[in-house]
Amino acid sequence: MTAEQVDEVTRGPFDFDIRGSMRRGLLLGLGLVFISLAGLPIGLDTRILIKPVLSLGYLSLIWLPFISGWASGTETVLDGVATTKRGARDLVRGGLVGLIGGACLSLLVLLMNWFDLRDPLVNWAPPLSAILQFDRSIAFGVLVWPLLSAVLSCAGAGLHIITPKIRSATLSAVLFTLAMAIFETFIVDVADFLDDKLYGQNGGLTVMSAIVVACLAFTVSAIGLGRRVATARVNYQQSTGKTKASQTTMLIAIAAITVVVVPMITGKITQELFANIGIFLLLALGLNIVVGLAGILDLGYVAFFAVGGYTTAVLTSPNRGPDWPSWVPTLPWWGALLVTIAISGLVGLFIGAPVIRMRGDYLAIVTLGFGEIIRILFLSDWLNGYFNGAQGITNVPPADFGIIQVKGTDPRSVFYLVLVFAAISIYVSWRLERSRVGRAWMAIREDESVAEAMGVNTVNMKLMAFVVGAILASFSGAVFAAKVGSIFPTSFLILVSIIILVVVIVGGMGNIIGVIVGSIVLIGVLGGPKQPGLLAEFSQYKLLIYGALLIWMMLRRPEGLVPNVRRSRELHQEEFLQDAWLRGEIDDDANTEEVDS
Amino acid sequence: MSHLLDIEELNITFGGLHALRDLDFHVEEGEIVGVIGPNGAGKTTFFNMISGMVRPTSGDILFEGETLVGLDPNQVTQRGIARTFQNVRLFANMTILENVMVSQHCRTKRGVFGSLFNTRAFREEEAEIRRYAEEVLGFFGSRLVGYRLEQPASVLSYANRRRLEIARAMATRPRLLLLDEPVAGMNPIETAELTRLIGRLRSEWGFTIVLIEHDMNVVRDVSDRVVCLDHGETIAQGSFEEVSSNSDVIEAYLGRPLESKK
Amino acid sequence: MTTAMRGSGAGRTNVDRFLTVIKVVLIGVIVIGLLAFIAQQISPGNGFAKWTHDGEAASRLTGAQFKGLVVSGLSQGAMYGLIALGYSMVYGVLGFINFAHGEVFMVGAFTGFIMANKFDDAGWWDGAIFIPAVLITILTCTLVAMATAVIMERVAYRPLRGSPRIIPLITSIGVSFFIQNAVILLFGAGAKSYPSNPDWLQDARTLGVGSFHIVSLKGTQIVVILVAAASMYGLWHFVERTKTGKAMRAVAEDKEIASLMGINVNRTIVTTFAVGGAMAGIAGILWGLLFRSVIATTGFLPGIKAFTAAVVGGVGNLGGAMAGGVSLGAAEALAPLTLLEPLGVNGVSQLRDAVAFTLLILVLLVKPTGLFGERLSAEDRA
Repeated sequence: MTAEQVDEVTRGPFDFDIRGSMRRGLLLGLGLVFISLAGLPIGLDTRILIKPVLSLGYLSLIWLPFISGWASGTETVLDGVATTKRGARDLVRGGLVGLIGGACLSLLVLLMNWFDLRDPLVNWAPPLSAILQFDRSIAFGVLVWPLLSAVLSCAGAGLHIITPKIRSATLSAVLFTLAMAIFETFIVDVADFLDDKLYGQNGGLTVMSAIVVACLAFTVSAIGLGRRVATARVNYQQSTGKTKASQTTMLIAIAAITVVVVPMITGKITQELFANIGIFLLLALGLNIVVGLAGILDLGYVAFFAVGGYTTAVLTSPNRGPDWPSWVPTLPWWGALLVTIAISGLVGLFIGAPVIRMRGDYLAIVTLGFGEIIRILFLSDWLNGYFNGAQGITNVPPADFGIIQVKGTDPRSVFYLVLVFAAISIYVSWRLERSRVGRAWMAIREDESVAEAMGVNTVNMKLMAFVVGAILASFSGAVFAAKVGSIFPTSFLILVSIIILVVVIVGGMGNIIGVIVGSIVLIGVLGGPKQPGLLAEFSQYKLLIYGALLIWMMLRRPEGLVPNVRRSRELHQEEFLQDAWLRGEIDDDANTEEVDS
Repeated sequence: MSHLLDIEELNITFGGLHALRDLDFHVEEGEIVGVIGPNGAGKTTFFNMISGMVRPTSGDILFEGETLVGLDPNQVTQRGIARTFQNVRLFANMTILENVMVSQHCRTKRGVFGSLFNTRAFREEEAEIRRYAEEVLGFFGSRLVGYRLEQPASVLSYANRRRLEIARAMATRPRLLLLDEPVAGMNPIETAELTRLIGRLRSEWGFTIVLIEHDMNVVRDVSDRVVCLDHGETIAQGSFEEVSSNSDVIEAYLGRPLESKK
Repeated sequence: MTTAMRGSGAGRTNVDRFLTVIKVVLIGVIVIGLLAFIAQQISPGNGFAKWTHDGEAASRLTGAQFKGLVVSGLSQGAMYGLIALGYSMVYGVLGFINFAHGEVFMVGAFTGFIMANKFDDAGWWDGAIFIPAVLITILTCTLVAMATAVIMERVAYRPLRGSPRIIPLITSIGVSFFIQNAVILLFGAGAKSYPSNPDWLQDARTLGVGSFHIVSLKGTQIVVILVAAASMYGLWHFVERTKTGKAMRAVAEDKEIASLMGINVNRTIVTTFAVGGAMAGIAGILWGLLFRSVIATTGFLPGIKAFTAAVVGGVGNLGGAMAGGVSLGAAEALAPLTLLEPLGVNGVSQLRDAVAFTLLILVLLVKPTGLFGERLSAEDRA
């Protein structure tokens, strides 16, 4: 069934849903006011992106009108129904949305001038006023915001008018320039020579270099590099058999060489970042088996991380609690690792067994409870003699492998160690997904009671997922202990579980590549629960962003950035069936009358 | 006890409601038994009970002389009883091949170790699972094989879903197959074809079959023996002719003459 | 339901045996702890107590201490109960755990803090004018919490209706995270103190007949228990007697049929969230009056515990939720000193939260449908 050629309808510039657009504008205004009062503009203002025009603080505000403008022009395109011709109408609509949004911010400027609400709103204070007034007068702020917002929103809406090719070139120019500015520390860390060429003295691109970078990105995109990459990807996905296998091997080889070589040429900051990403990647890979493959929502996953960390610390550190009997040995790190694996597996069984038969959502809360119980126990006076309570276990020695010592002061060694375990975890996930066990997990995820009726021992299979997940998490805990050199209960808050869950979900449940992408994007850019990411300035806002991201992903893209084919089918079953029907893949009952051979 | 399946004095109550009452029932090896009865007679509860999804209040279910009461559904399947569902319940997002592969779970045993080290035993077992899956699917002609193997079950037509459900049950290598309304929703041609296939399931695959069915033509054509349930009780047993002419059965379906209605 | 019926007989697996062991151990700890407690009350220097306390005699719990624990447990439990109602109703109607419900409670407590401080600045948080001030505060908290819950439903949950049930649960975790951190950023991360209550509310008073003192409790505790009871009665009246309440029960039973019967399902669901939110808001202000301190993370633990209370009482069962809350509060207050302390565990007050979670696990193992039975539609039970 192909779409018939339907004419575009031309509509006047004011012929649109004005009330809807006003509502959208108010929402935009609400968003802007919220961001302002949450203090993002103040906290991020010191970070200059393009000197002297733009700081991260202002960027935290102005991206919103742009996106709103774009969103105001998105229309559902129905097959066979006439679309509206793009044009002035889009600009007017975008402008209106932006104008109203900006006006809300103007109102905030005025209100901040008239009333004092500093108690209770902590950011209701002169610094915010100054930023919102561009360090000039009130009138300037009041007048500029609606204008600026309207222009940006117009620009966002204008993206619908230009041809796709120019659109993608413009977008890549903007995004690439921003990325160059935002990731300055990382770029300088990797390629030192760029420092004086691109960036000004106190950080930030100079206007000149920003223009150069933007032009470069525009040209490269316009030439069509992006599309070539996309075509190559499609070709890869469609290839089969031998070709695909060899291509896959090549891709894996390239990826492996990259991750091995890159840390050698970068500075400490990047290595540290890589090490953190790696530790959370290990956790995310483990949770992916539990949540992504077996469909068990485990919110207490941090418990296994904690058990891994504490077991390793107890078995290697001279500072473990005084009450341990003398037969508990002090081992080298790799020896402790073996014990850690065994203990985590047992804890996995122990926690798994009571919860495995519960309804999925009860299971989530109970595992959360277990996560807390384990942390409370490590923290308690009761077991103080074993785990030193809040002081934690310090002096965990580095992991000594003869040739290299893995310790926190040498993040590169930590990264390589993590890499080894990540390779193991990826291999495990990949093999299991394509085996009898993986099929059983899939069936359980789809319909547990039918899986059981078809002879799948659901209890054992789910326990197995729990145990495998626990063991993978314990790798991470063991590396973490060696890296940090000390283990405290505060490293194992429920927060960690939630952040790993966000990583898995944003990346794509059930998809290894997705989990890797999720770890790099989230832990790398925003940072882990305590570890800073590339945007170190975001540290106080990152949890808010994690929360918002989780909601947005669930509403808009529950399958994640890199979806697992099956998972996304589950989540969008209706749409999937409609598409299949349009492609003629659904067999109608009418043509099943073929005679049995 | 030489019966394959033997049910004695089976009762189940849901909060005071007798879903099944003092049911006695047996199946001989190699038999095809049809279970009929009006809606709400307890037929599906009866299947749920045999397959371990619901536990009887009292009474015993013996399969090959051993009790099934208290077993989990997967253990029942392991013993050799497989079922289909009245409201087709496939693993809709798994491929057709995977649907049939996963149901061989209890007949295979390679676990984490085998798959991680890709042992020879593991590879051989996987190959065997796949071969058997294709063999089972091939029983339904060309409909479920070929390019269909890799398609998700959700794209299948209704009739094909029913066939896939039967294939999935066959793949558990059962001795006793419980079919819950296998032809419901099929057109006459498909029904006739499936009726023939049910016969072949016994003659070629050696399954003993119990089927619940509302389509009396199918019941008449395939069953050696027919049991009629009403309000959880057996009201008639015997050949199709005997049961269909039984006054209690007619009454259960059509109702009693006016004056004696409760 | 079917899972609850299994677990013994011919099909026993190792997992079942292991679970039996866990159950026996947990119940054993409770019984031995209780026996040890009784023994130590009779004779603090008995052999067992000496053995568990490194040779020293255990300290006896005085009657006043014991009553104090019971009262504080009950008043805290009353708040758990109020929050639990929201969990229970939402689970009954939509079949998912609204993880962010604890944050609604926190928003209520925060609103209370803001209002109380403003009133205090104006000199209204004392004397005769205190009563109208506190009533206005309670009303505002209720309304704000209600609005929070309704917006939450509209923005985050409504678009997800009909998706696999794990999806709204994950979303609600995100919502919880978002609200918590938004409050931190908007109002600051530190703990906020309520102004001090008037003396007549703060002072302890003794209830008794003549010279026979039954129990002594603080004015705030009396207020908490009274307000909780009144809210519970109001809610019960609303659900059982009004048309909207009946619509709610119908929607909980079967959404499709209810909509065929002419019930506006969307509006009913919004009402459910609003009523649940109102209860959480009341709990929030009561929490503030009782503990006089609120922080952005205040909602997390009481939220989880309230869910525990809902499960203990039986999900979907409103009376059960309240009873579950009260029993959880009492258990949490009493168990550390009456079960664990006699067994020689030190630092027992740190283990309060662990006790609550263990109770949740025990109830789900022994009686997954809760002490008073759950009321769910057929599809949610699956």
